[in-house]
Amino acid sequence: MKAKRFGVICAALGLVLLSAPVLAHHGTASFDTTKDLTLKGTVTEWIWANPHCFLKFDAMDETGTVRNWAVEVSNPTDMTKRGWARSSFKVGDMVTVNLQPVKNGAPIGRLRTVTLPDASTLSAGGPGPAPAAAPQ
Amino acid sequence: MRHSSLVATVVTLACALSTSARAQDWNSAGLPQSALDAPRTNAPAAPKRDISGTWDAGGAGIAGPGHESPPWTEWGRQKAATYKPGNGPRAVYEADINDPLSTVCDPAGFPRLVLYETRPFEVVQTPNQVLILYMFEKRWRVIWTDGRPLPKDSDPRWYGYSVGRWEDDDTFVVNTIGSDERTWLDNAGNPHSADLKVEERYHRVNRDLMELTVTIDDPKTYTRTWTPRNRMPLTLAPAGFDMMEMICSPTEVIDFRKNISDRTNNR
Repeated sequence: MKAKRFGVICAALGLVLLSAPVLAHHGTASFDTTKDLTLKGTVTEWIWANPHCFLKFDAMDETGTVRNWAVEVSNPTDMTKRGWARSSFKVGDMVTVNLQPVKNGAPIGRLRTVTLPDASTLSAGGPGPAPAAAPQ
Repeated sequence: MRHSSLVATVVTLACALSTSARAQDWNSAGLPQSALDAPRTNAPAAPKRDISGTWDAGGAGIAGPGHESPPWTEWGRQKAATYKPGNGPRAVYEADINDPLSTVCDPAGFPRLVLYETRPFEVVQTPNQVLILYMFEKRWRVIWTDGRPLPKDSDPRWYGYSVGRWEDDDTFVVNTIGSDERTWLDNAGNPHSADLKVEERYHRVNRDLMELTVTIDDPKTYTRTWTPRNRMPLTLAPAGFDMMEMICSPTEVIDFRKNISDRTNNR
């Protein structure tokens, strides 16, 4: 129980400590910080690059329309430290993505967590819970 | 109160050490700042007149949101008005950012390289130069230590013209002029002029800890001198530390803009 509580405290602190690098290249002005979407989809591309890695996937929305989403995380240096890799995804992987979309309605967003085909989860903020939408 | 502060410190350190234990030992970039406090009290004394080695400022070095500057002059205000930054109080939508570093991969330049994305860097000392090799951008700087003065009228350079001297056995002071006016100071879109003078002070506290202070003197842009880095702790990386590449590739940036940032506009 104590270990669990310690883990929660560490996760909360980690969230604060790790939120800055996520924002290193740009802030949250483009994102709708009031929204939180979870979409199931199929990976079409995983780009491991600067200034941000990003995942593209096809997902069906509530109207039955399939859209190709592009969701960003931080750069390869930061993501390596958080347990991600160039080989984290391959085309065709079925994934469940939790994301924060942009304000203009385009299928673009900031990835928060993703569940992989083997049911493991990667967090954009590293081990622990998904990073909150950090205030600007 | 003292008890709660102690508990908070211990918890923070424990979490930081836990995080560092998970990190790959060949690249500890971005360690939480609290992890860097560990060597402060236990490390042996610093070697004299020696700052060689690889140093890491952790999260503090990245400084994504930028710095709070003193008031601009009218010239500084007009210059800043043309900058559309991705962070800080004047942040714009991603599609509207015109930061030359993140949109077209212009060099970060100096002093931005020590104010933003100050990732691990290696210091190499030769008989007449101190070389600093930066992980971010995979750039290097030459700091002359042969006693030469700064040039009277330096042509602009992306990374300026630097000379250094030992103020005492533990403090290396670098003075730089001639920084190209096209470079920004940070991610918040703080500008500088060609008249900019920068002082860096590398104070080695002990073998494992060094502090960096950066002072900006640019009366054309700012109404007073200011110190965006004030004794920022740097910790000595272990021997064998292998820096990752962190390069702005125009090919990658174009791909990112096409897929993400150009599609985030508010129009």
